[in-house]
Amino acid sequence: MWIDAVNAADIAREDVLRFDLGERTFALYRTQDDRYFATDGLCTHAKVHLAGGFVLDQVIECPKHNGRFNFTTGQAMGAPACVNLKTYPTKVEAGRLWVNIA
Amino acid sequence: MPTALAPRDYSLTGPENRRAGERGLADAEWYTCLIPRSRLKELMQRRDGPAIRDTLLWFALLIITGTLGCLTWGTWWTILPFTVYGVLYGSCSDSRWHESLHRTAFKTVWMNDALYELASFMVLRESVPWRWSHTRHHTDTIIVGRDPEIAVPRPPDLLGLALSFFSLKSGPREFHRMTLHSFGRLTPGEATYIPEIERPKVYRNARIYLAIYLAVIATGVATRSFLPLMLVGFPSFYGAWLLLVFGLTQHAGLAEDVLDHRLNCRTVYMNPVLRYLYWEMNYHVEHHMFPLVPYHALGHLHQELKADMPKPYDGLWAAYREIIPTLLRQTKDPAYHVQRLLPASARALGSTPQPAS
Repeated sequence: MWIDAVNAADIAREDVLRFDLGERTFALYRTQDDRYFATDGLCTHAKVHLAGGFVLDQVIECPKHNGRFNFTTGQAMGAPACVNLKTYPTKVEAGRLWVNIA
Repeated sequence: MPTALAPRDYSLTGPENRRAGERGLADAEWYTCLIPRSRLKELMQRRDGPAIRDTLLWFALLIITGTLGCLTWGTWWTILPFTVYGVLYGSCSDSRWHESLHRTAFKTVWMNDALYELASFMVLRESVPWRWSHTRHHTDTIIVGRDPEIAVPRPPDLLGLALSFFSLKSGPREFHRMTLHSFGRLTPGEATYIPEIERPKVYRNARIYLAIYLAVIATGVATRSFLPLMLVGFPSFYGAWLLLVFGLTQHAGLAEDVLDHRLNCRTVYMNPVLRYLYWEMNYHVEHHMFPLVPYHALGHLHQELKADMPKPYDGLWAAYREIIPTLLRQTKDPAYHVQRLLPASARALGSTPQPAS
């Protein structure tokens, strides 16, 4: 199911934005070269919103414990992040970022 | 609540663990000072330059003082270089261990991991268990029954603290754990925060550490000299005193079971030499609140947040003028603690910046 999430331009380059939908929460990413990605919003190690974290290249670092994930694949990149993140397809249409949350 | 008659149980497997969960103190949401995302992003930027410079200087100082120690070995003069070498080895390794654990010292990941393994050995902390211990410390800072790194449980063990100046309390404990790990076992407390997937690494590293120590001892026996141990192993003890002087300022005597780092951490102003030795961990409130900010940016972060912080301490002396009387009083009144004065601008707990949705 595709969801109209946010204005694509609302996400700064090489940064992350939190997006809540009902009980669910997501993290939306924009790379330096304007590619967009989406993952679950909470770190798999602890219940911390990744949107407070730090984006460097294709890696998101959790703001609480520095757990690192490749947000393009969801891959956990070492302790304390040991479980991969779920990722979601994205597309940009008319300046809006859509996320397929199915 | 703690009373003079009933000290609390600081173990991670006792009733306080369950109680912390029931009170909503475990894995909870903490107070966060407001800072514009764009500015925080600037401060979180990683750089290799400062840490390469600082680490090369550290290595150079270790080599110079270690060499001088060897050259003067057998004379009273050897005390001078080994005093400095010991502090560089046994105390400065603590802050290097800490910053590389967070992988914020360098931009390049392998540099952080290499420094972390080296500093872990030097400071006598096994790298894998202590990574998980420190992770828990950041999740549940000074929450009794949850935080494995509460340095001064109440009532304070003053003899134990005195022994800690030369790691005579923690050192034997670490060797005991190392031996336990080398046989493929964890303590019950460690089992609560080290995941199964990480445990083989714990056991492997413990065997490596012990093999290194045995090799150093064998070298000493073969050469009939204590010098090898003065260079590797023993500095973790005789050089640990500054680690404790710095480390006690972080949380000792402050509140337990609060979800606000401004109430259970200290920020202490220090001169540039001490800040180099301590890698800016004197900005401890800031570090706990925003652990992604590298050590070299913590001073700038402090400037951004200080209006929403309690007054920082003007130096080690100012901090210890509070810590020493507090710990002495806690020996008789464990419930007593320092109550930090928050500025009027403080927001309610949990009122973190709102997300876009």
